[in-house]
Amino acid sequence: MSYTGTFRIWRGDTDGGALTDFEVEVNEGEVVLDVLHRLQATQAPDLAVRWNCKAGKCGSCSAEINGKPRLLCMTRMSVFEPGDVVTVTPMRTFPVIRDLVTDVSFNYAKAREIPSFTPPAELAPGEYRMAQVDVERSQEFRKCIECYLCQDTCHVVRDHEENKDSFAGPRFLMRVAELEMHPLDVADRVPAAQEEHGLGQCNITKCCTDVCPEGIKITDNALIPMKERVADRRYDPLVWLGRTISRRRG
Amino acid sequence: MTEIERHEYDVLVIGAGGAGLRAAIEARERGLRVAIVCKSLFGKAHTVMAEGGCAAAMGNVNDNDSWQVHFRDTMRGGKFLNNWRMAELHAKEAPDRVWELEMYGALFDRTSDGRISQRHFGGHTYPRLAHVGDRTGLELLRTMQQRIVALQQDDHAETGDYEARLRVFAECTVTELLTGPSDAPDQPGAIAGALGYWRESGRLVLFSAPAVVLATGGIGKSFQVTSNSWEYTGDGHALALRAGAELIDMEFVQFHPTGMVWPPSVKGILVTEGVRGDGGVLKNSDGKRFMFDYVPDVFKGQYAQSEDEADRWYDDQENNRRTPDLLPRDEVARAINTEVKEGRGSPHGGVYLDIASRMPAEEIKRRLPSMYHQFKELADVDITAEPMEVGPTCHYVMGGIHVDPDTGQSRVPGLFAAGECAGGMHGSNRLGGNSLSDLLVFGRRAGLGAADYVADLDRRPDVRPADVDAAARMTLAPFDPPSARTGGASGADAASGAGANGAGESGAGENPYTLHAELQRMMNDLVGIIRTESEVAEAQRRLGELRTRVRQVFVEGHRQYNPGWHLALDLRNMLVVSEAVASSALLRTESRGGHTREDHPGLDPDWRHRVLVTHLARDGEPDGEHDGGVDPVLPRVAVGPAERAPMREDLLALFDLAELEKYYTPSELAAHPGNTAAPEGGTA
Repeated sequence: MSYTGTFRIWRGDTDGGALTDFEVEVNEGEVVLDVLHRLQATQAPDLAVRWNCKAGKCGSCSAEINGKPRLLCMTRMSVFEPGDVVTVTPMRTFPVIRDLVTDVSFNYAKAREIPSFTPPAELAPGEYRMAQVDVERSQEFRKCIECYLCQDTCHVVRDHEENKDSFAGPRFLMRVAELEMHPLDVADRVPAAQEEHGLGQCNITKCCTDVCPEGIKITDNALIPMKERVADRRYDPLVWLGRTISRRRG
Repeated sequence: MTEIERHEYDVLVIGAGGAGLRAAIEARERGLRVAIVCKSLFGKAHTVMAEGGCAAAMGNVNDNDSWQVHFRDTMRGGKFLNNWRMAELHAKEAPDRVWELEMYGALFDRTSDGRISQRHFGGHTYPRLAHVGDRTGLELLRTMQQRIVALQQDDHAETGDYEARLRVFAECTVTELLTGPSDAPDQPGAIAGALGYWRESGRLVLFSAPAVVLATGGIGKSFQVTSNSWEYTGDGHALALRAGAELIDMEFVQFHPTGMVWPPSVKGILVTEGVRGDGGVLKNSDGKRFMFDYVPDVFKGQYAQSEDEADRWYDDQENNRRTPDLLPRDEVARAINTEVKEGRGSPHGGVYLDIASRMPAEEIKRRLPSMYHQFKELADVDITAEPMEVGPTCHYVMGGIHVDPDTGQSRVPGLFAAGECAGGMHGSNRLGGNSLSDLLVFGRRAGLGAADYVADLDRRPDVRPADVDAAARMTLAPFDPPSARTGGASGADAASGAGANGAGESGAGENPYTLHAELQRMMNDLVGIIRTESEVAEAQRRLGELRTRVRQVFVEGHRQYNPGWHLALDLRNMLVVSEAVASSALLRTESRGGHTREDHPGLDPDWRHRVLVTHLARDGEPDGEHDGGVDPVLPRVAVGPAERAPMREDLLALFDLAELEKYYTPSELAAHPGNTAAPEGGTA
C-alpha cells in the first residue's frame, strides 16, 4: 500500500522563500505530518515544522494544505489520490519564521486583552453550583485547542494587516462569549466586545467554523449570540437613554 | 564567546504543563518574579493529552469517599512502594486544588445538584475523577494558562508591563542547570541559574535564578510505542542528574493498557481509561471478557467474579464489586499482552475494547467526544457501531527526581521538581486520574517550597562564567564536524554566527533521527512491558554503543528553528534516562507494577522496602570504557539500593493487617495495631 507521493513544500524564512518539490514514500494510514517527518529523517533534516501531540489535541501543527487551513496531524493521506501533488504552506495570516513555522504571537497578545474570569466574591472554593445545561454552552468553546486556524482563515485579518490592531479574531471573540455565558462570571463583557475587540468587523461568513478541527460552531453559537447581545443593548431605547444620561454626567 | 541574552529571576520554572504552571502561579502569588521556560508554545504542553479526569476525594457522587480511601487506593495501586507522605498530602489536598481551579474559571461536568461530577476509574474505590468529557487535561492546562494571563493583567494594571513579574519564554529549551560552588565534597552546589536557547533563532539565553522548579514531564519518547509527545525526552530527569540530584524508582514505567494499534502511524495514541470507567469492556478474539481470568491474588475479593455482578456494579456499588476491566493499569496491560501473545488478539495485534454494544450511540458521543472523533478521523472506525482495537502503550514514568515530599526540593539546594519528573508519589504504578491531581498538589507545593527557599536565602550564588562557557559549548557541539571534536578546541567557535556547515564535510557524523529511532526500538523490545535479565543486559550493551554514536551526532543547516539540532540535544537526555531505566530494571529481581520480570514473576516483600537510587557515577565507581573522570556530554549513571522510610503508624493502621501481609515482611508489621499475637518465628 506504499507509493511515492509528490509534495510541494514552502521553504524559506523572513527574507523570502519558494515552493520546493519532494518525492517521498507514503504508507497506508498515514497523515501529512507523518510524511513531513519522513522528509526530515531522510531528505531535509532541518525542515521546520511545529508539532506536538500528533493526536489533534494540542493545535500546534497548523498549516495550509492545498490552500486550506488544516492540522497536519489530522489530515489523512487517504483524502488524496496517489498522483496528487500535495502542497503544504505556512499559515498566511501570520509572519513566517521558517518553512512551515509562523510567528503566532498576535494571538497571545490578543489573549491578554480579554479581561479574565471574574468570580463572584461571595462564593468560597467548593461552593460553586452550576447546572450541566448551563455550563455546556461555554464548555463547547473551551474545547478550543488554540490552533489558530480560525484566526488564519478570517478575512478580516487575512491579507489585512491593518485590521489586526482593532480585531481580536474569532478565537478571542469566542473567548469573550465563553466568559459572557459562564454561569458565574460577574463581569459585563458586551460593550467591550463591540468597542474594543472588534466584533462589529465580523460579517458572519462562517469561514472560522468551516476550518475548526474541533467542530465548534464559532459563528452560530458564539459570535452571533454576542452580536445579538450587543444589538439588544444598543438599540434598546431604555438602555440607550441610560447610556446617554451617564455619558452626559461623565 | 557567542553573545548571550541574559535574564534574572527569583524562580525559574522549566516546563509549562500543569505542574509548572501551578508552581509558577504559587511563586508569583507569593510575590516573587517568575520565569516559565517551555519547549513548545504556551498552552501546548502534554497535560492537554490527559483525558479521563483528575482524582480528588470530594465525595460529590458517593459521600463515602474520603482522603483515607483515596490514600489507600493510591498505595494499593502502587503496590505499597509509594512515598507514603506524598500519597497522604496528595489525597488530602487534591479536593482544594480542584475547587481552586473553579475559582480560576474551569468548567467541569456537573452532578444533578450542580456540583462537580466524578467518574469511575481503574483502582479507585468510588467515582472520584473530576472531568470535562474526555478532555480534562486541556481544561486544566487552559485554566491555568488563563490564570497566568490574569496575573499578568494584574501586573499590567499596576506597572504597565504584562511581564513585570511573570514571563513565559516559549519555544525555549534549557540545556544545562548551573550551580554555585559546592560546600562539601559529597554535596552538590546550590542552584545559580540555567542556560538555554531560543528554538526560533538558536540564540543562547542565560537565566540567573537561585531557585529552579523542574516540571518537564516524562520520558516516553525513549520508547517506540508511546502516547507521549516529542517533548517527553526526560529533560528534567537528566538536568537534575547532571546537577547532582538523584532519581528513584526508574525501573517503573507505566504501559497504559489501551493505546490505538492501527493504523501504524497512530500506534500508541491514548484511548482513555474513561471508556472502561463509563462501561466499556475488553474482549478477545473469541468475544470473551478475559479480564475475569486475570485478577491477581492481592486483589482477590475486591473485584467482580461474574459479568452480571460487574454490570450491576455500575448502578449499585454498595452491593456489587467492580469489573476487573478496571483493575490498575499494570494488571490490565499485562493481561492484554498475554492474550495477544497466546493468539487471542485482534487483527492488528491488540484486543477489542467495546463500548458500542454497551450504550446508545448518542450517549457515547456525549461522554467520549474526543475518542469518537479520534477513531473516526484517524482510523475510520465508528466507536458507536464497532469495537476499538487497543494495546499497551508507554504512557508514564513513575520514577523521577528524588524530592522532599513537603517542599519538592531535591538534594541540590534550590532545585525543586514536581509532576511526572518527580519520583515517589505513585510507587510502582500510577492510578489513572492521579497525575492531574499530582501536578496540582505538588506543583503548588514546589512553587511554595521555592518561594520559601528564596525568601530564606542570605546570598544568591553567582553563575560562574566557566560553567556558562562549558554549557554553551555543549549546546552548540552538534554543529561541529565530529572530526573537529577531539581535544579541547571544540564547540562554539565553529557554530557562532550563522554556524552553517557545508554539506560536503558531512561524510562522518551520525544522523539524530536514525539514532533516535534505534533507541526507541531497542528500549521497546528489550526494556518494555515484559523484561528478562538477558534482554535488559543486552539493552545495556546497546546503550553503550549508542552512547559512542550520540557523541558523533552531526546536524546540518543553521541554528534557526532547526529540528535536527533540537533532537540532537534531546537525545543526550533520552540516552542517560534510558540507562537509568535499564540499570534499575536489571537490579530489581521481582515483578511489581510497571516493572515485570519474566524471570522473577512474583512480588518479593524484601524488595518492597528497598528503593533503587540513580546518581551520576562518582570517581571510583565502575565507569565503563570512558577514561578519566566524569564525561561532561553523557555522564554515566550508577544505580544502587537504599531503604525506604517505614510508613507512619497511623497511616499503616488504615489498612487491614491481612492485606498488608501480602506485601510486607512480618517484622515490618510488628507494630500494626491489628497484630495482637506476638510475631511467630522471632523475626521481629
